[in-house]
Amino acid sequence: MKLRSIFILLCSALALSGCNLVVLNPSGDVAAQQGNLLIYSTVLILIVILPVMALTVYFAWKYRAGNKDATYEPDWDHSVSLEIVIWSVPLAIIVCLAGLTWVSTHRLDPYKSLDRVSASQPIDPNVEPLQIQVVALDWKWLFIYPELNIATVNEVAAITDRPIEFKLTSATVMNAFYIPDMAGMIYTMAGMETELNGVINEPGVYGGLSSQYSGQGFSHMNFDMHVSDQAGFDAWVENVRAEGHELNREAYVKLEEKTVAHPIEYFNGIQTGMWDKILNMCVGDDTLCLNDMMMVDALGGGGIEGLYNRELYRGLCSADDPEALFVMLRPELYARQTEIVAAVNLLPPSSDPTRLNQSNVQAN
Amino acid sequence: MATSSTHIVDHSSEIHWFLGKLNWASFPFLHDPIILATLLGSCLIGAAVVAAVTYYRLWGYLWNEWFTSIDHKKIGIMYMVLGTVMLVRGFADALMMRVHQALASAGYVGFLPPHHYDQIFTVHGVIMIFFVAMPFVTGFMNYVMPLQIGARDVAFPFLNNFSFWLTVSGAILIMLSLFVGEFAATGWLAYPPLSGLTFSPGVGMDYYLWSLNIAGIGTTLSGINLVVTLVKMRAPGMDWMKMPVFCWTTLCTNVLIIGTFPVLSATLALLTADRYLGTHFFTNDMGGSPMMYVNLIWIWGHPEVYILVLPIFGIFSEVVSTFTSKRLFGYTSMVYATCVIMILSYLVWLHHFFTMGAGADVNSFFGITTMIISIPTGAKLFNWLFTMYKGRIRYELPMMWTVAFMLTFTIGGLTGVLLAIPPADHVVHNSLFLIAHFHNVIIGGVVFGIFAGISYWWPKAFGFKMDPFWGKVSFWSWVVGFYFAFMPLYVLGLMGVTRRLSQFEDTIYAVYFVLALLGALMIGIGVLSFVVQIVVSILKREELKDETGDPWGGRTLEWSTTSPPPFYNFAFSPRVYELDTWDHMKKSGYEVPKSGFLPVHMPHYTSSGIIISGLLTVMGFALIWHIMWLAAITFLASVVWGIAHTFNYNRDYYVPADEVAAIEAKRLGSVPAE
Amino acid sequence: MASAHTTAVAPEGGYQFYVTEDPHHHDDGEHHHETGTMLGFWIYLMSDCLIFGILFAVYAVLGQSYAAGPSPADLFELDKIALSTAFLLISSITYGFAVINMHQDKQKTMVNWLLITGLFGLGFLVMEVLEFQHLWHLGAGPGASAFLSSFWFLVGTHGLHVTCGAIWLVILLVQVKMHGLTHENKRRIMCLSLFWHFLDLIWIGVFSFVYLTGVLL
Repeated sequence: MKLRSIFILLCSALALSGCNLVVLNPSGDVAAQQGNLLIYSTVLILIVILPVMALTVYFAWKYRAGNKDATYEPDWDHSVSLEIVIWSVPLAIIVCLAGLTWVSTHRLDPYKSLDRVSASQPIDPNVEPLQIQVVALDWKWLFIYPELNIATVNEVAAITDRPIEFKLTSATVMNAFYIPDMAGMIYTMAGMETELNGVINEPGVYGGLSSQYSGQGFSHMNFDMHVSDQAGFDAWVENVRAEGHELNREAYVKLEEKTVAHPIEYFNGIQTGMWDKILNMCVGDDTLCLNDMMMVDALGGGGIEGLYNRELYRGLCSADDPEALFVMLRPELYARQTEIVAAVNLLPPSSDPTRLNQSNVQAN
Repeated sequence: MATSSTHIVDHSSEIHWFLGKLNWASFPFLHDPIILATLLGSCLIGAAVVAAVTYYRLWGYLWNEWFTSIDHKKIGIMYMVLGTVMLVRGFADALMMRVHQALASAGYVGFLPPHHYDQIFTVHGVIMIFFVAMPFVTGFMNYVMPLQIGARDVAFPFLNNFSFWLTVSGAILIMLSLFVGEFAATGWLAYPPLSGLTFSPGVGMDYYLWSLNIAGIGTTLSGINLVVTLVKMRAPGMDWMKMPVFCWTTLCTNVLIIGTFPVLSATLALLTADRYLGTHFFTNDMGGSPMMYVNLIWIWGHPEVYILVLPIFGIFSEVVSTFTSKRLFGYTSMVYATCVIMILSYLVWLHHFFTMGAGADVNSFFGITTMIISIPTGAKLFNWLFTMYKGRIRYELPMMWTVAFMLTFTIGGLTGVLLAIPPADHVVHNSLFLIAHFHNVIIGGVVFGIFAGISYWWPKAFGFKMDPFWGKVSFWSWVVGFYFAFMPLYVLGLMGVTRRLSQFEDTIYAVYFVLALLGALMIGIGVLSFVVQIVVSILKREELKDETGDPWGGRTLEWSTTSPPPFYNFAFSPRVYELDTWDHMKKSGYEVPKSGFLPVHMPHYTSSGIIISGLLTVMGFALIWHIMWLAAITFLASVVWGIAHTFNYNRDYYVPADEVAAIEAKRLGSVPAE
Repeated sequence: MASAHTTAVAPEGGYQFYVTEDPHHHDDGEHHHETGTMLGFWIYLMSDCLIFGILFAVYAVLGQSYAAGPSPADLFELDKIALSTAFLLISSITYGFAVINMHQDKQKTMVNWLLITGLFGLGFLVMEVLEFQHLWHLGAGPGASAFLSSFWFLVGTHGLHVTCGAIWLVILLVQVKMHGLTHENKRRIMCLSLFWHFLDLIWIGVFSFVYLTGVLL
């Protein structure tokens, strides 16, 4: 990365107090590629920008009114060859950039699983990415480790060189989840699941934040990410287990209250189906889950009675036999039920496409 | 089932039948010393202005000659005044943010509580875009375009006055929010669900909505008006390709206005419905889709950027060719570039939220369309550059702004293309890098252009030039201040600092924030010296007087009139043979007819515009505070007044030929015939 | 490189840079800037069309989000909608007759046709109010689901436009009574005509996109 070091050198020369340009010099491979992209494209664009700026200064000086030696052609206003140059040079640059954009956007798609751990290290097919579910709350972050059955607030940990797969949602307004050292940001939105894949290559403590303004406590909506080797991570998990309590409905409802600069909190057990309920905005007992609601809607709505008895349809998505419910709900459409149930299966946010057709063991 | 209707019920319990939501707690200056000081200051200035106007017995003059005027030139000037006043307000907000962030990043808490700080960055954005940039740009289009096409007024003169007062109405509501209640604390585009009733139950969002609802209608109407003017009222002989570039950019901008402001109006109407009627367009629950708002608002929002910058490109084109005493290089490609930008600006809105998680195909499509816009924009820059080539550049103020623009804007263009690459955007989106970028193009482009335009056309509007000394002070403070204020923000963005933060946990950013504050202070000197420049110019108007009507050696028709032009602009419609008509006329030895004057057909002034807008302002205020009886009365009154206005069939008159002859005799006395 | 512009040759008799003849001489004293009114109104209609476009788009996005509540099939009574559609379509035709008579300067017949138009428009509005009332009593108000929000807003905005049109019609009738078929009044009648047909077109969109597809699909 010769270019990069030159760039950073330049920048440090400019900066007064040393330059900690985390975006250009991050510790994670994805962010590093994104930072490099910034530098490469800057260089590419400078090819056309620098001559323009230089010519501007030169012409501005040379053709000043005081300089009577300079040629003056008041009627010269057209030149086919120049026109070709001024349209084609930017076009050529943009064609290059467009190619770069297409390729890099696909390669660095946050939804895509990583295909390398770092520039020198390919992905190990035997290592599963670390699953972390992220919930943006007012104004704090909840991290759930489904495999480890632990959860944390405003602190997250990961293992060096092991890919991390974040699933994200929001229990409140829109936020953006951003760990500058790891990978670019992604929005978190209520009732929706976004995804972010990343990795960190060096152990350390990295800052994370919400980078989408979300209200009063927004400025304090940041957290630390502890990255260490497997042993360090295990120790951290043990600590969480030891100090934490259970994340059940009561604990979550309490967590949902608006707080600013919420302290770090640990949970050593998670009530089953918590993530699904958060995602479907039905942690409270009396609300209809979003996936159930979408199921009803996909089946043609709940009818007039749905206006008053929405709760009737609770558990539709997790029911043993959605087809029976289908018959109950829309007998007149029974003939098309396979077609419709198939369509329903494509609905977000059922991350598991087979979920509808199997009895859901997680149901309470 | 919790629906929004229950929220409305919750609130209605607090709503007084007569006062709505208003009560003593609604007045923030009672407990906030900053606002109290601002209120006192504003009251003092306001009282001084009112006293002065009363002392010099100017109320009648202002009402008869300005407020009720439907002369496009006066309306244009009033737009500029509105823009200037709001610029001072918007800049004061900017300065407060800079001071606060400098303090907060250095380990102090800062002097603004988050709720106040959040309102300030919201109101700063709203004011700068809607009530500074838009009025300035609309003011230029209003003043200059009809003169450049040789018309006597715009197509719908009353509508023009009405549009202006609707804009003022929105501005008044925003200013009121400072002293009565609060403003939105949502960011300038007010993304739901944060801006919905659940998360923002206060009146701040309602100020936002009604202010923009009312002003937005005014802008749409003004767009229709100017397009029809350009299509129907060009002087004989002026084909499309003989129109000055500024008129072309005006045309494209107004087409964009017509094509996007209805989207804004509709979107804000839906959000208003969510807040007032309990609908579920953009709520989290009951099937609403907040993401749809983000899409819709940016379908307006991106073209809006070009609505602001295209006329400014037009201004620079006029300035460059005038001050190089040379034809504009590549007129045709300039026109096509403008049109291409106009069309492409509709196809890029998604680049404002690459991070929402759309697929790679969608993201790269919008990234690439965004980059494509930089091709015609680049071509424009080259055209200005080659206009300077082999020219005789006179460095008067407008030209200085232009060169500063060309250098600054390219940097903004560079960072803009960077932000258009989705993976790169993922790391700098919403960061101070983004803030630096769009201030780079809006200050380096739009604001510089506004100042270039003001100093360029000021002599036309008032008959004397602007004071060059204070102009240069303002110029250098703005340009140097801009670099100090925003270059550090680029660095901060690359350090991963996000926008809209009011508190910092780390002090490593302090140096940059202090630098940025220094820059903001320099810009403050620039703003002040701009105001001083205006005052000094008026005081020294005899010294700076321009008798010719054409102080710069202009090339377009507005310079063929006296300064200021007579209220009917042209006693005889000019006939156009070539591009740069005035230059052509001067070279071909034009002769102004000295007799044979004809009656000039002109519209009557009317007070309907200001009265209906006034009623709508009160209606907006009443709706914000849920004072429904007042809202109903003022709404009905405005409708009735509007209908009554249509019963007036006596809208225009003829200026008698001998009156025209008398005015022209004076004019011919002052303009030396070539 | 020589400029293309310098080659322009002055027309015969030299350049006449100013129009010295009376521009109003040939057009019966009509005002020159009024030629823009129809164009301006047309452009206004296009901007209005865009507002409807947004409302249609919103309906397309939210139209299936019933929030486990009723769907179009549960709510809409197609026969009544068909009747109100017929009212509006017929009113457009009768407006057409009014315009034909206006061009023939038959003020009385024109006024009668306009009155008939107004009556049909009123009939449409009454039907719409009845429908909204019906929905409201069912509890299917605009806040009941995103589908109903977008439905109420789209149909309501159209209804509001028709109401404005009807009020405008009444005002125009008064103005025709006061001033006769003057140039201004003819222009206004033509503007309202454009507006009325435009609303008809929008309604055809609403009828097929909201009602027909909603119930039948």
